[in-house]
Amino acid sequence: MRFSEAWLREWVSPPVDTQQLADQLSMAGLEVDAVEPAAPAFSGVTIGLVQGIAPHPDAAKLRICTLDVGQDEPLQIICGAANVAEGMRVPVATIGAVLPGDFKIKKAKLRGVQSFGMICSASELGLAESSVGILPLPADAPIGEDFRGWLSLDDHCIEVDLTPDRGDCLSLAGLAREVGVINRAPVSAPRIEPVAPASDARFAVQLLAPEACPRYLCRVIRNIDPSAETPIWMQERLRRGGLRAISPVVDVTNYVLLELGQPMHGFDLAKLAGEIRVRMAEEGEKLALLNGEEASLRGDTLVIADAEKAVALAGIMGGAESAVGEGTRDVLLESAFFAPVAISGKARSYGLHTDSSHRFERGVDPQLQATAMERATRLLLDIVGGEPGPIVEATAEAHLPKREPLHLRERRVAQILGLELPTDTITDILERLGMGLERLDDGWRVTPPSARFDLVMEVDLIADIGRIHGYNAIPITHASAASATKAPPETAFDLDRARLALVDRGFNEVITYSFVSPEMQALVAPDAETLKLANPISSELSVMRTSLWPGLLQAAVYNQSRQTERVRLFESGLRFRQSGDGLEQTQGLGGLILGARLPEQWGARAGGVDFFDLKADVQAVLGLTGALEQFRFVAATDPALHPGQTAAIEWGGRRVGIIGMLHPSLAKQLDLDGDVFLFELEIEPIAEGVLPKFEKISRFPSIRRDIALVVDESVSFDAVADCVRAAASELLKDILLFDVYTGENVETGRKSLALGLILQSSSQTLEDNIIETTVGRIVDSLTTQIGARLRD
Amino acid sequence: MAENNELGLDSLQAAALAAIAAAADLAGLDQVRVRYLGKSGELTALLKQLGKLPAPERPAAGQAINQAKVAVQQAIDARKSALEEAALAERLAAERIDVTLPGRGQRPGGLHPVTRALRRIERLFANAGFAVVEGPEVEDAYHNFEALNIPEHHPARAMHDTFYFDTDRLLRTHTSPVQIRVMEEQAPPLKIIAPGRVYRCDSDLTHTPMFHQVEGLLVDEQVSFADLKGVLYEFLTNFFERDLKLRFRPSYFPFTEPSAEVDIQCVMCDGSGCRVCKQTGWLEVLGCGMVYPEVFRHVGIDPDKHLGYAFGMGVERLAMLRYGIDDIRLNFDNDLRYLRQFA
Repeated sequence: MRFSEAWLREWVSPPVDTQQLADQLSMAGLEVDAVEPAAPAFSGVTIGLVQGIAPHPDAAKLRICTLDVGQDEPLQIICGAANVAEGMRVPVATIGAVLPGDFKIKKAKLRGVQSFGMICSASELGLAESSVGILPLPADAPIGEDFRGWLSLDDHCIEVDLTPDRGDCLSLAGLAREVGVINRAPVSAPRIEPVAPASDARFAVQLLAPEACPRYLCRVIRNIDPSAETPIWMQERLRRGGLRAISPVVDVTNYVLLELGQPMHGFDLAKLAGEIRVRMAEEGEKLALLNGEEASLRGDTLVIADAEKAVALAGIMGGAESAVGEGTRDVLLESAFFAPVAISGKARSYGLHTDSSHRFERGVDPQLQATAMERATRLLLDIVGGEPGPIVEATAEAHLPKREPLHLRERRVAQILGLELPTDTITDILERLGMGLERLDDGWRVTPPSARFDLVMEVDLIADIGRIHGYNAIPITHASAASATKAPPETAFDLDRARLALVDRGFNEVITYSFVSPEMQALVAPDAETLKLANPISSELSVMRTSLWPGLLQAAVYNQSRQTERVRLFESGLRFRQSGDGLEQTQGLGGLILGARLPEQWGARAGGVDFFDLKADVQAVLGLTGALEQFRFVAATDPALHPGQTAAIEWGGRRVGIIGMLHPSLAKQLDLDGDVFLFELEIEPIAEGVLPKFEKISRFPSIRRDIALVVDESVSFDAVADCVRAAASELLKDILLFDVYTGENVETGRKSLALGLILQSSSQTLEDNIIETTVGRIVDSLTTQIGARLRD
Repeated sequence: MAENNELGLDSLQAAALAAIAAAADLAGLDQVRVRYLGKSGELTALLKQLGKLPAPERPAAGQAINQAKVAVQQAIDARKSALEEAALAERLAAERIDVTLPGRGQRPGGLHPVTRALRRIERLFANAGFAVVEGPEVEDAYHNFEALNIPEHHPARAMHDTFYFDTDRLLRTHTSPVQIRVMEEQAPPLKIIAPGRVYRCDSDLTHTPMFHQVEGLLVDEQVSFADLKGVLYEFLTNFFERDLKLRFRPSYFPFTEPSAEVDIQCVMCDGSGCRVCKQTGWLEVLGCGMVYPEVFRHVGIDPDKHLGYAFGMGVERLAMLRYGIDDIRLNFDNDLRYLRQFA
């Protein structure tokens, strides 16, 4: 809602300046978004009278005007506007004037003729975006008076961004009431008196959907002057309220909308057949709207119809056919109350949003319609003349909103606000807000004003008391409310800790959108059933990710294309997987590495990353469960990964993640250079870790025996280690793999593994014979079970 | 003296001392030691000759030889220390490095600035006794809207720019539905915060279609708006680590009443007016209010027996103010040149 400060001050003028007024509104919950000058700075513009016009001898389009600007001598000014006419009053920038844009007016010669100023258009004065011709002023504009002062252009436009509950403040009247309450200042509304009918012209109204429209008033005004123009003072108030002047009938209804908050509509009576029927639309009924579009209506939409067809979308927009136009002589004015529930969402559903729908959705005072009709009639008659008929009113009393009084308990005020207010203060605030009060033992029975749709519960009244008293007058206290904190179990997986582990290992955290492109999603997880947005912002962001990899890959592509050759990224977040009817939203932790193992540096040589670099990073995270040795990496396949470099990560027989190299063909499609390695862990299956259990430290020395084995290439290290463990006694403390070798001295298809066996007893220093027996047993087992051969 | 000379002791001692002084390194010094003090060393040999002396002279001569041995041993020890010190000094000098060379190995990465801010927010509220709770991001309309007293076609719902999957399922537009889920499952007293991603169908210079919020909820038998002011004052002054002016502006949320938006004195200009605060000196940082009775009714809590407050804040906004970030979209470009600025 935008309004002129000067207009507001006609209603209520507290002794505060513009900024203070704006602050007051903001602090009363009517947030001021902007305070702007009503007109840009200009000076030296005077009201002048065009006394004479003569053609310019050397320019067909220019004319030599003689103007009376209230000085001793008339001024000669050259003017190129087509609409300049003798007897016209106009704004004149005299020599020395400064127009918007710091445009200084000097004496000038135009095609050899002297010009002592400039006749201004509305746009040259910053009063319109664009304009054709000079700005004609009314016949009573005082010659010689400063134009700026005469139009009160040293005014401000104040823009308030109202919350949806405060429909009552979508008018000068509502804002003035609030300003009056805040400042304890008297509010003087313009006198609005009934207009006596000059004819008996009536138009019948039928309320066929009384719950949606319980009150409809209309009035016929015949024989208006179609040539009349909206006076400049009204145009200015509309302009400062953010509305454009169109024609007297439209302007007057808009004026009343701004002034009182009642949206109105004017029909061309000649275009209406029979009577007004306020009814629900027929399914598929067509209506050409004022904005030039044709709407195909739904049955849930309230319309204003005549005896034949719909003529307006009730409370939203009028129809094109019945609109007031240049030839309109007889007008039917409408002032109605439409129930908020009947209008809410309807404008939007037709892709519309109007000043009218904005107000009806939020609630228009159901007692306002007659007043607004009288006001509009008076204003309109003053401009276009004509003969008004009587007001025709149709009201379904039973369907008008009922104001049930609210029970306000005095102790509840202190309880909720945390502030003890004297009883007098409470009653004073409520009375200033226009509430009806009846004293009860424990408080009051309060009847809010009919415009206040937001006051429906006791707590709404308490909020209003707090608001007017001032939230900043409420003290700051510290509740001793019980702390409900229950620490998570010690063994719970700490995602935050896992993030830090990755950060310490050189990863940067990314946060990518949870919705990704269908192409990317299909590339990474071609078989996954995805959840699609019905109204995505773009197709690039239209399906919910089932994996963290699309985001990570995109981030890698983004950075690689910006000269970053080494990328280590991770992300944690939900993945969205459809399974049958259900949707699973599960927390995951994923990462990606690409480029050199270490940042380029002087003191270490490092090649490109490989599977085992990332495996170590993943193991650092898995180690946080306290059960690292229980996790198994099992060769697996994944559509996005290299078939020979992929492992499923398992714990207790459950799959908890996957790791591997991005399939080279995908890397190529994504334009990623170099080998890319990815992992993704499921958080839920590792959510519960293992509590550390102390084991006594042996007092006896440990010994190490190294063995070198040759096994088939296909034998996994895990198979070797399992075999060693199975064959060893409890003396085996650890297996160190310190070399893996293929090549010279090892037959093709075989590989050599060098193992360090760490043996230790908790009760004695190990004798050679025990060591030899144990190692012998291990070697025998390796030989027979997995075809290993000891290397010489 | 005559006897000493007779044995040639003085000259022997002098020769030994000279040889010690001349020893250039520890090996040379050891040769000197062997030559004079070794088993068959020259001074040792003198002792062996004592027996040849007349008995009365033996004690004095023995004493003299021993004194010489001690003197030579002391000289050797002194020389040894000197040589060791010199050797160490030489080694240390040789081992001098350029300590300004960069360290070796992996360089640490960093948390996303939003996570960094989020961790701080969580920690500050954890200190105040709030437990962290999470909820689903794909929500149903009931939890995102109806239960929060935002009926269909309510103007407030239109303001949410919701992403839908179908008529009922949507991406949560705020973290407030977590309030509802917590109250559905647990009985008061409740004291939780709910951080997480939220989504709005809006993308321009100052909006991203996904961002983060932290919701807070406290429900107990008695709690007031003044308490709400207290907890937020503590939080904001601690988050920004400075004593800030705060103002509570009446506002509207369908699920709280009274409701307020909280402005802090601009942290960029200390309230004197700048581009960030649009010359107002104030920055809007969060919304809050007392839980609306209708919301309690939806979850079966008796609004006459319990009161509650709730608040919600945008994490990107707080992170941007804290770290001086001027473009919200940077948060989701994931440019390493941006991310690396945050440890």
